[in-house]
Amino acid sequence: MADIVEITKISGTAVPIHGNDIDTDRIIPARYLKEPTFARMGDYPFFDERFDSAGKKKDHPFNDPEYKGASILFVNKNFGCGSSREHAPQALYRFGIKAIVGESFAAIFAGNCTMMGLPAVVVAAKDIEQLMKSVEDDPQTEYSVDLEDKTLSYGNQRIAIDLPETYRTALTKGFWDSTALLRSNLEQVKRTAAKLPYMTGFTS
Amino acid sequence: MAGRTLYDKIWESHSVGILPTGQTQLFIGLHLIHEITTAPAFDMLRENGMDVAFRDRTFATVDHIVPTDVRQRPFLDREAEELIQALENNVNQFGVEFFGLDSKNQGIVHVIGPQLGLTQPGMTLACGDSHTSTHGAFGTLAFGIGTSQVRDVLATQTLAMDKLKVRRININGELGTGVYPKDVILYIIRRLGVAGGKGFAYEYGGAVIDKMNMEERMTVCNMSIEGGALVGYVNPDQTTFDYLKGRPHVPKGDAFDRAVDYWKSVASDADAKYDDLVLYQGKEIEPTVTWGINPGQSVGVSEKLPKPEEFSDPDGAKKAYEHMGWQPGAPMLGTPINVAFIGSCTNGRLADLRAAAKIAKGRKVNPAVRALVVPGSTEVKKLAEQEGLHEIFQAAGFQWREAGCSMCLAMNPDKLNGREICASSSNRNFIGRQGSPQGRTMLMSPAMVAAAALNGKVVDVREYV
Repeated sequence: MADIVEITKISGTAVPIHGNDIDTDRIIPARYLKEPTFARMGDYPFFDERFDSAGKKKDHPFNDPEYKGASILFVNKNFGCGSSREHAPQALYRFGIKAIVGESFAAIFAGNCTMMGLPAVVVAAKDIEQLMKSVEDDPQTEYSVDLEDKTLSYGNQRIAIDLPETYRTALTKGFWDSTALLRSNLEQVKRTAAKLPYMTGFTS
Repeated sequence: MAGRTLYDKIWESHSVGILPTGQTQLFIGLHLIHEITTAPAFDMLRENGMDVAFRDRTFATVDHIVPTDVRQRPFLDREAEELIQALENNVNQFGVEFFGLDSKNQGIVHVIGPQLGLTQPGMTLACGDSHTSTHGAFGTLAFGIGTSQVRDVLATQTLAMDKLKVRRININGELGTGVYPKDVILYIIRRLGVAGGKGFAYEYGGAVIDKMNMEERMTVCNMSIEGGALVGYVNPDQTTFDYLKGRPHVPKGDAFDRAVDYWKSVASDADAKYDDLVLYQGKEIEPTVTWGINPGQSVGVSEKLPKPEEFSDPDGAKKAYEHMGWQPGAPMLGTPINVAFIGSCTNGRLADLRAAAKIAKGRKVNPAVRALVVPGSTEVKKLAEQEGLHEIFQAAGFQWREAGCSMCLAMNPDKLNGREICASSSNRNFIGRQGSPQGRTMLMSPAMVAAAALNGKVVDVREYV
């Protein structure tokens, strides 16, 4: 498997996307799921919100030159709800987003993010408001998300961030790419399976 | 010691161990795969020289991209053709049983698992699709997962997971005539919110759920994720066992009796301890219709559309009105529709088609409405045709199609055009969901969709039953 990569700190400029309950259909329309790899997903995040049917650019933070090169995404509540499509975090990641900071995330989305090494961290409602305002006031502001001391800092501000402890450990200790770890227990897996009555056809 | 829930029991018996992250490594008894979320997972297996760990517990079908009119290969959509070929190559290379386009067992992954008796109580189940919670109707712990997790299940038959809390949702009393399981789950989501289930497994119970048949329970469990709950389930009972008996993958003879003993043993104990408890009365629930852009934005059909100020997130409601082009305070009754869609993993089973056909029988679809019925599986289509349901639909002016996901998410040629409004028996009214970025979706029960199709507008199905 891939080498173990520990993810502890993400720094860079940010881009805000306002609104609660932004679903994964909006993050990536289903027609792009017909591609057999994730390779081109970085071309498509929020496609129908960024381009009209003629392909003309619409007003959207991901089209705004002021936010070009941002690596941290600020969002509101229940971001990533709906479809389990990993294409959604893949699209954001390949567009350049390396951390997402929001009020809350949908369960499958947050799990998908973690498994690709993309931290999705939670801050208080008042803090996300302040963060969105700060980046809108000055898009060149540099932010730093530190998973080890669970803070987000910019200028002279320090904000507490949160994420499930299991996700934090997976990211900071390099266990987020979980296949090798799970596979190292394959003998124990077989023993667990053998004890389940349906695995042996209810023969006894 | 307090009693345990079904969730606790299955979690415990399927735990392989605790990982260094603190997560549990959970054995997955059944892995269902389809064409959309698996290709990169198989690529990763190949890149790392890995095999499918438990191929006899892995089953594949094709559903999302399947055209429902002409199924001829190669598909006219070249991307869809490439994707089905990728799946065919992967199942061949890795030796996974595949219910392909020509199989009598082909269908929406959440319809065929139960239909074949693959889905059973006391099992863990995973699928790269958020509506995997459907299988919870059997007392199965069923998880919708992403592609990296599909890779993990293929390579190890396990997932790294955090344990959820359990919320018991009781629907007591009984449902009024013309009120269906779809209305029950839309009501629950309306009350608890689209994020209200985060961190919870939903255990559905109470007299209304007890009385439901398996197909009806599947509709309820199917939309758990729309309420934010990763898992939803119903405790297995005699209804469950009767449904399963005789299905192809269900044990026979003495083994069936032993299976029933096991299935009974996994049900939540009478004194099980829940993290939360919610009670509703069946009589509170009306035929329910969504007016907005998420499944929590719904009203009873006799209600008026709510004011944004009534919500904790008025901006979200305003955004919904902006997309839908409607005004708060307008009545839901009489809202015009252009398209009617009956189908999907939520409401594409025989019971759903029967309920819709009952409304359509001897009547005519409004000439301005494009109406289609898409059975959830090839088997559902066959059974419906044996009962003559297709003739009822066709005589009324509905198109009768081949099985697939179809216009639920419009990955095949079945799409809305422009600003069309669709009365839909599917599960999501997200912006752009049905294939047009400007398109509009109103979720409702299959019977309500049929009634809307006849009238070209939203009507109260209770006038028909």
